[in-house]
Amino acid sequence: MNIAAFIVIAIVTLSGALAAALLPRLIHAALWLVVTFFGIAAFYFLLGAEFVGLVQVFVYVGAVAVLIVFTILLTRRDADKDHAFHWSGAVVAVAVFAALVWTILRTPGLSVAASPVEALTVRRIGEVLMTDYVWPLQCIGLVLTAALLGALVLVMEEKR
Amino acid sequence: MTTTLQLVLIVSAVLFSIGLLAALSRRHAIFILIGIEMMLAAANLNFVAFWRFAPQPQPPTGVMVAIFAIAIAAAEAAVGLALVIAVYRHYRSTNVDELDQLKG
Repeated sequence: MNIAAFIVIAIVTLSGALAAALLPRLIHAALWLVVTFFGIAAFYFLLGAEFVGLVQVFVYVGAVAVLIVFTILLTRRDADKDHAFHWSGAVVAVAVFAALVWTILRTPGLSVAASPVEALTVRRIGEVLMTDYVWPLQCIGLVLTAALLGALVLVMEEKR
Repeated sequence: MTTTLQLVLIVSAVLFSIGLLAALSRRHAIFILIGIEMMLAAANLNFVAFWRFAPQPQPPTGVMVAIFAIAIAAAEAAVGLALVIAVYRHYRSTNVDELDQLKG
């Protein structure tokens, strides 16, 4: 796996995430979040999971980011009042980060390089989805239907 | 020097921590949702990385889990943003510090 490409994608993804977390204006943060999502999709391509990368772009950039931008527009009056920043959250985040990195560095056997892999085709994913994962697939359909109906009910105007 | 599993895990740990920072430090409800999305993406990256760096050939379990997690994250984002809109209609605010009606 190409280390230079990995480092470039990591820098783009993490700086996008940092901008999305720290910028004061909400709409800028949402647009930087799109950069982060593209970076994560690039990671999936680099790791040989092209289908997941495509799903990531379709679902996150195509749907979730648009949803976030629409919500920002609908709650516009409030969007630029957020200047409060709780430093206790930063302390907790740094502590969690230190714990995670300490655990990763202390775990033996993690510094393995990737062995060559045969390409994971969409055909294979479709076959696995229709055989081993058919019940999870049906359940996820139900969950998505219920979630979207619930979202509709939540935002429906109340009848007077 | 090649990419190792350790490197991918550290990148995903950084992403998770940035998501946690956004979710804990910001007071706007949409920032909290953005942070949660970042943490979910970091977890997905771990699933795919563990699948890729495991001894091959390997059934694509990690990839499947990542796809299902993306679907769940989409449902979570839809409901979360609907909740933000409903809360905004009710309180005329999306600052989570002002939503304190349940406080004793």
